Amino acid sequence: MAEIQLVELTVNGERRDLAIEPRRTLVDVLRHDLGLTGTHVGCEHGICGACTVLVDGAPVRACLVFAAQVEDADIRTVESLSAPDGSLSDLQQEFSAHHGLQCGFCTPGFLMLAEGFLAERPDATKEEIREVVASNLCRCTGYQTIVEAVDTCAARRREGTCA
Amino acid sequence: MNEPHFRRDGAWVGASVPRREDPRLLAGRGRFVDDVALPGMLHAQFVRSTVAHGRIVAVDLDEVRAVPGVVAAFSAADLGLGDVTALLDRPPHEFVPTSMPVLARDKVRFVGEPVAIVVARDPYAAEDGVEAAVVEYEDLDPVVTDTAALADGAPLVHAEAPRNTLVDVSLFATEGIDEVFAEAPCVVRVRTKTGRQNALPLETRGVVASWDDRDEQLHVQTNTQIPHQVRTVLASCAGLAEKQVRVTVPDMGGGFGQKCVVGREEIAAAAAALRLRRPVKWIEDRRDALTAAFLAREQRYDVRAAFDADGHILGLDADVVCDMGAYSCYPFTAGIEPLMASAEMPSVYKVPAYRVRGRAITTNKAPTGPYRGVSRPQYVMVMERLMERAARELGIDPVEIRRRNVITVFPYTGVNRITYDPGSYRESLDLCEQVLRDEGWYDVRDSGRVIGIGYSCFSERTGYGSGAFAQRKMRVVPGFDISEIRMDVSGTVSATTGTMSHGQSHETTMAQIVADRLGLDIAQVKIVQGDTDRITYGWGSFASRSITIGGSAVAAASEKLGDQLREIAAHLLDADVDGCELDGAGGVRLRDDPARRLSFAELADVAYLRAHLLPKGVGPGLSATASFDVPGDGTFSNATHGVVVELDPGTGGVEILRYVCVEDCGVAIHPQIVEGQCRGGIAQGIAGALFEQVTYDDAGQPLAPSLMEYKVPTAAEIPDIVIHHLETPCAFTANGAKGAGEGGTIGAPAAVLNAVNDALRGTGVELDDTPISREAVHRALEGTHG
Ligand code: FES
Ligand code: FES
Repeated sequence: MAEIQLVELTVNGERRDLAIEPRRTLVDVLRHDLGLTGTHVGCEHGICGACTVLVDGAPVRACLVFAAQVEDADIRTVESLSAPDGSLSDLQQEFSAHHGLQCGFCTPGFLMLAEGFLAERPDATKEEIREVVASNLCRCTGYQTIVEAVDTCAARRREGTCA
Repeated sequence: MNEPHFRRDGAWVGASVPRREDPRLLAGRGRFVDDVALPGMLHAQFVRSTVAHGRIVAVDLDEVRAVPGVVAAFSAADLGLGDVTALLDRPPHEFVPTSMPVLARDKVRFVGEPVAIVVARDPYAAEDGVEAAVVEYEDLDPVVTDTAALADGAPLVHAEAPRNTLVDVSLFATEGIDEVFAEAPCVVRVRTKTGRQNALPLETRGVVASWDDRDEQLHVQTNTQIPHQVRTVLASCAGLAEKQVRVTVPDMGGGFGQKCVVGREEIAAAAAALRLRRPVKWIEDRRDALTAAFLAREQRYDVRAAFDADGHILGLDADVVCDMGAYSCYPFTAGIEPLMASAEMPSVYKVPAYRVRGRAITTNKAPTGPYRGVSRPQYVMVMERLMERAARELGIDPVEIRRRNVITVFPYTGVNRITYDPGSYRESLDLCEQVLRDEGWYDVRDSGRVIGIGYSCFSERTGYGSGAFAQRKMRVVPGFDISEIRMDVSGTVSATTGTMSHGQSHETTMAQIVADRLGLDIAQVKIVQGDTDRITYGWGSFASRSITIGGSAVAAASEKLGDQLREIAAHLLDADVDGCELDGAGGVRLRDDPARRLSFAELADVAYLRAHLLPKGVGPGLSATASFDVPGDGTFSNATHGVVVELDPGTGGVEILRYVCVEDCGVAIHPQIVEGQCRGGIAQGIAGALFEQVTYDDAGQPLAPSLMEYKVPTAAEIPDIVIHHLETPCAFTANGAKGAGEGGTIGAPAAVLNAVNDALRGTGVELDDTPISREAVHRALEGTHG
């Protein structure tokens, strides 16, 4: 039997205790051990970005990280974006308004990517946003509407006219 | 046959209302197949062939079963399932039936073919189990290319298919066509090869199968575009009655055709669940998706076109060879690509004489199936290259030569015996060129940079009714759809559709149609899809059929329900049925005395809770069922794409500076969603033109098994896309809508290729193959700009 390790994670502000194999990836822990299925898996080899979550505020590919590696970090998933009553954040609302999602499978990854990026670079230009959006794959939208959603959200935050 | 009628609806159709799918998907509360977890659930992985062609000597799973966490392992012999067989009703010289076993039995035919299924407590243990499998093969010579497959004495992929040919049809052969070519002042020829591609939905395939003792039913939750057809194959392979199988579809992360064929893994996983009486989940990993899922697009064309001196096309003579890989897909068969190309190649042009041979060749590569656009990206590319080549040879402007050839009078019956309904072929071309001229791109083009402008014109059949598929001679004939609508006690409605959204927003668009037909708020409408127990029957979603056919069935059912409501209201208001009308606000009123009305809730209250008040002969409850099939040859959306590219003489790179799409899908139910479909489709078309290709080495080993090697374009490669809408309402469908799912993918490769060739003008080089390689561009430019 594979060895089991005790791991304590902080996910969306909550402390979670796990007994898992050391080889267990963060994305599998989030999805299958903690039931936070909003984070998706598109490739398991670090290319698609569907598994993007925030680790200490920075976007990270959860398929490339073992859960045991992020014990002391603050982890945020897509489930943290909307309010407890289900109302959507400004960024989520812009995705909907711009039709920045079709099947919605890539969407949690793009949301967390953008959330992390805008926190770091609130003044980002549209070109810079496009460059960052280029880190993840979407097979449905052709990207334009994702870029527009993130850009509009950034502009509104700067103007203080968030939805 | 349904009477053609056109009706533009009121408040909801045509409005880009917020998508009803969005809140859950944005909050991470969508439920995709891998999100399903059942008590006691086990996890499956497959032992897959490591050789392209080989006889299976032995499958030893003893070591597998000893791996910690592994619960069971089954080979083909252990499961003893029936095969998956798709048929065409064609004579033996045109079609050779072949079967796809659920797990490879005697022979393996491609690298990645499933040989055994391993079931374990978690996916990690299942993978450990797969690694412990010992399979012994006796190597057979592989055939890796279509030319090798057709060579004399080539090894046979399927013993029953001589010359590795599964489909070989010669069609149309207009009398006197050879004389047409002999006498034509101008004959041009295009020989082209297009790369094998992966539709690559971001969510890979997956299934959760479980036996339900209460229903005595196998419940299969799977991300398929065709739930009813999966049920049929599952039942027949496993020897169950159809009522013993329920297929439901959770949220789906794209499909693009790859999920509209029946996969063998979902059957094997279901069979394992049946054996073990425990839930079994299989989620395909990306490596398997890249090497073993159904692929598409690898085609070779050799086409000649005859023109008169004024640039009018006189005849078309085509030879199409499609490399279909190792197996024929269900339900479409290996004929899907050659039959599509053969029937529809003339596209938007008036072609007086036509002859075509279309072949499906089997090779030792992953099998192919439908992918967004099916053959149309390829034959449109050929037609558009022929136009450009003739234009060059005859000294005619490339847009002008198209103008001279496009169909302008409708309905038009082509040499391919298809009748095209009205479209805006000429208008879309004119507008597209105008936009690029007005934006000054022609001046930029002539400014000395290596810039080219390219176009593509096309139409695409989107309403594939039974008639269209019957012409193709499929043994099972898709085409119709059935919708059932029910009003509940409170006056809200739920409507079923046999189509299956995988990103196209049916929950929104279908509800818009119902809301308009009944005159109620979209919030009062629920759409039910993807459940074979709840939906009478349906053909799922492919070929852009959802709104045209599914949406029309939903509209027809809604109207029937409206008639029932009017009948009950007439009785209660003591009026004539003809004097009662839906009031557009969730009620029925008297035409002459609008103040007298009954709300749907009041009518439903009578229909369910006080049925004694119903008129004589009207039973309790409120529901209606209607089916719809497109009459005739279906309906055709059309578009012109225009693209401006700049080539980099240093690297051979192609940069897209501008992309303009003028599309006409009739009445757009939801314009924003139509634009989304266009943009996404164009991105996939550009991917095929410039980036993506599944390649193999000489031994049939896949060379692009991860996304490191298979280059999917990102936001850095896909430009912003300008879309203009034209609207030629369809006479055959409810709402006047035509399909909008595939056009982008169809138009993009031809437009990009033509633009690259325009930029290469003066080099003496013309490129006809895709993906367009940087090396080829670089080589072409070296002499002139190097
Ligand atoms: S799943 Fe992690 S990058 Fe694709
Ligand atoms: S919306 Fe489907 S992959 Fe992005």
